[in-house]
Amino acid sequence: MHEMSIAQSILDIVTQEMEKNGLKRLIRVKVKHGALTNTVPEALETCFMALTAKTPMEDAIFEIEAIPAKYKCFSCGTEFTTEERGRLLIPCPSCGEDFGHTVLAGKELYIESIEAE
Amino acid sequence: MKVSVVRNVLEANERLAQELKEVFAQRGILALNLMSSPGAGKTSLLERTLADLRDEFKMAVIEGDLQTDNDARRVAATGAQAVQINTEGGCHLNASMILEALKQIDMEGLDILFIENVGNLVCPAEFDVGEDYKVTLLSVTEGDDKPEKYPLMFNLSTASVLNKTDLLPYVDFSMESAMKHMRALNKDIEIFPTSCRTREGLDAWYDWLRSKRAGKKK
Ligand SMILES: [Zn+2]
Repeated sequence: MHEMSIAQSILDIVTQEMEKNGLKRLIRVKVKHGALTNTVPEALETCFMALTAKTPMEDAIFEIEAIPAKYKCFSCGTEFTTEERGRLLIPCPSCGEDFGHTVLAGKELYIESIEAE
Repeated sequence: MKVSVVRNVLEANERLAQELKEVFAQRGILALNLMSSPGAGKTSLLERTLADLRDEFKMAVIEGDLQTDNDARRVAATGAQAVQINTEGGCHLNASMILEALKQIDMEGLDILFIENVGNLVCPAEFDVGEDYKVTLLSVTEGDDKPEKYPLMFNLSTASVLNKTDLLPYVDFSMESAMKHMRALNKDIEIFPTSCRTREGLDAWYDWLRSKRAGKKK
């Protein structure tokens, strides 16, 4: 359950950004979440809610946007994506190879923006 | 007001990990992050390695453990420096814990630092601890489908130790299948089938350590 420490990092960054911009009330935080990270988005949201409960941030919306995994086939070079979470062994739709693909996207985990006043 | 942030969630950890990398680079220390599920044999591999190579290298270990200092005591018995980090339930080590633990280690002339992560095949993969290489252990008592189930860890590891090979006759474990899946996740991964009990395969592991250590020299 490392989602708690990740949620704490999100909260730290949000707090810094709000202070930097002189903002007092958080409305929304938008997180981009790659399908190949080892974090469960639902758990991340629950942890963020737990950390902000009974604080001025408790009504903020925690929005997660999924970034699908994108691969380049080891054998034929075809680029393909999948919505499935956590799959690194996956057959190429073009040639069927499920071996050694290069990961082009899906390992990201970052805060895209906040809305606050 | 909408503020575009675009900041990596793990940036604080990555900054500290970068500091650690600089310390290790300046001093020419090879740092390895050892990861596995509980009971795969990280401590046994360390005991053997520390004892067998003690005349060749100066080595130290940072032990991550949920509660106890049992592993640190086993490691210290080999004569190597050992520092214990109790994560008190935390499922992984992070870079700030390593920075803290390093204060207790004499780094003068140190050749290799082993970081024994908390037994867990999921969480440690997300946190860089400043290591040069991640090494994942898998024991043959765990099932050959582990690489498929925990792909990120094997994908990120430079080497994998397949431990407890002496038990192969008694368990339903296909070396071929496990190795095939590891290579599918990471085609360049170095795989070392070993038994810490019979010492089978340890020489190949030691040669790998020697070559990686030579690559780090100032
Ligand atoms: Zn293909």
